[in-house]
Amino acid sequence: MSEALDDKAPGPDAPAVIEARDLTARFGTNTLFRNVTFDVRRGEVFVILGGSGCGKSTLLKLMIGLVPPAEGKVAVLGTDVWSTEGASRLDLLKRIGVMWQQGALFGSQTLLENVEMPLAEHTTLPPEARREVARAKLGLVGLSAAADQLPSEISGGMLKRAGIARALALDPPILFLDEPSAGLDPVTSAGLDALIRDLSRSLGTTFVVVTHELASILAIGDRCIMLDKGAKGMIAEGDPRELRDHSTHPTVQAFFLRKAA
Amino acid sequence: MAIWLWDDGEEAGPLAESLAMREEDGARRMALSGRIDTQAAAALWARLMAEARKPGAPLLIDLAGVEAVDTTGATLLLTAQSAAQGSRIEGASPGVVAVLDRVRDALAAPRPAVVARRFAPLSGLGRRVVGALNGGVEALAFLGETLVVALGTLIRPGRLRVRELLRHLDEAGTRAFGLAALLGALLGVILAFQSAIPLRQFGAEIFVPSLVGISLLRELGPLMAGVVLAGRTGSAYAAELGTMTVNEEVAALRIMGIDPMALLVLPRVLAGVLVMPVLSLLLTLAGLAGMALIMQLLGFQLNTVAQQLVNFVSLKDLLGGLFKASVFGLAIAIIGCRAGMGAGRGPRAVGDAATSAVVGGIVAIVVLDGIFAVLFERLGL
Repeated sequence: MSEALDDKAPGPDAPAVIEARDLTARFGTNTLFRNVTFDVRRGEVFVILGGSGCGKSTLLKLMIGLVPPAEGKVAVLGTDVWSTEGASRLDLLKRIGVMWQQGALFGSQTLLENVEMPLAEHTTLPPEARREVARAKLGLVGLSAAADQLPSEISGGMLKRAGIARALALDPPILFLDEPSAGLDPVTSAGLDALIRDLSRSLGTTFVVVTHELASILAIGDRCIMLDKGAKGMIAEGDPRELRDHSTHPTVQAFFLRKAA
Repeated sequence: MAIWLWDDGEEAGPLAESLAMREEDGARRMALSGRIDTQAAAALWARLMAEARKPGAPLLIDLAGVEAVDTTGATLLLTAQSAAQGSRIEGASPGVVAVLDRVRDALAAPRPAVVARRFAPLSGLGRRVVGALNGGVEALAFLGETLVVALGTLIRPGRLRVRELLRHLDEAGTRAFGLAALLGALLGVILAFQSAIPLRQFGAEIFVPSLVGISLLRELGPLMAGVVLAGRTGSAYAAELGTMTVNEEVAALRIMGIDPMALLVLPRVLAGVLVMPVLSLLLTLAGLAGMALIMQLLGFQLNTVAQQLVNFVSLKDLLGGLFKASVFGLAIAIIGCRAGMGAGRGPRAVGDAATSAVVGGIVAIVVLDGIFAVLFERLGL
């Protein structure tokens, strides 16, 4: 099937599905980053990268409306995340999916029930249809055989994949993934990268991925931004492979060449 | 119904209207158009499956007019295809084919094996009995392990974490004083009132202090203090140690060569043993004060009440009650710590541990109280 599809990243003329403008995050008097501005284009795999503690996960939480920005604005699918409420906010939430760092699956439910939950809550699919759809989502991430298991009975890599299946439940146009390959072995991590790439190309889903795993960044990223703790902001933007080969910024070089600071 | 997909804000019309059926060359052609996303699939599911299950000419699912499908839409199309014998899908664009292929693979993946059902009530009962027996054996082993650690600490007192012990004495003891005093006072008031009613018929209200005093010192003081300790402290021990177990902190301690029994369990168990007599005494004294208040309201002088108490209640009753309280404290702390240290995995594990600590603690003190009643009677105490 893939050969019938264009495997290229969406071009610069693709419409922006996320517009972040002058975002500043502050905890008390501590500024995590300031004036972060970028666009995420439809259908691309957009990576937010940077070292530990630079604010990558905070930036993601800011985009999905969990943490308010100290300054600036962020619009997802044309809706200002922090000014919308009520039905329009719910509509926006149905159009995004989030895979949390630890999966965040409900421990008392099987994987199938975890994936079924958003379908039961937000669609009018009949119960047998919901089950079939949930099985399909688990099949997409290679977890069909584990459908009846509890989260406590599966491995870390399976938890992350189950997290993606649940995030995919409503086929949202945008998926946010927080550290999808952290703590996974290279083979599982590569499998997850391939899955993200395939879903992006075959379903046209836009992915926003927070990670600092170099192999993942280079394998899946169409574009990226890099945050830096020292600079308290964004220090680079572009194709990760080009940044690796051509960036002259010492922090960017150190990151891609894995040099000690 | 508004339909959105992947989205650029475009909306398509209700998809139910874009499903057309017609007979063609001995086949039933089902022509779909527009976008088949989750909402559209939900609206179409029943109708499409009904068409697919109709007997007769083979079904031809024509997707020439379909702009895009999501994975839910693809699941619907493929489920309909597999429900209709000899059916096929045609006319799909490369993008739609790609999604269909991916979902087809996903649906074809091996599913969990269906486990043959056993006679559930019988196997459930068996599981519970075996589980209870195993639990009993493990609790006994845990008690033994704690005693060994306690003996080791007697030989090498330096092993005892005094700061930890003080923290637990504070949490299990001083912070429970208010609750124990309140419960004791109310208990004394209730007991005095209720016993005064029948005794009045015989003009024997003067015996209320001896009745309440004996009840509180020998039975209710230690028992109610035990309930307070099980509810407040036993559950806290289980939750705290359970969280540590779930987070693998206990395993980390073992790997670092630190005995979790000495670091985590022993200070808690010692605190339980030491605070219970104090809680019991406080509860009893508060109960006697409550009783004295009622006796005054009934017209008895305080010195009469005190005299009556001294005549009927001995130091033996008080010491017996305090000894029982200590044993109750030991049982509650052991059960709480054992529930926490044996917690399973997942978020339910901590809740389950706390529940079993409280239930186990209360059941244990009632059973022990029964044993003590027989023992004291046999020993003439």
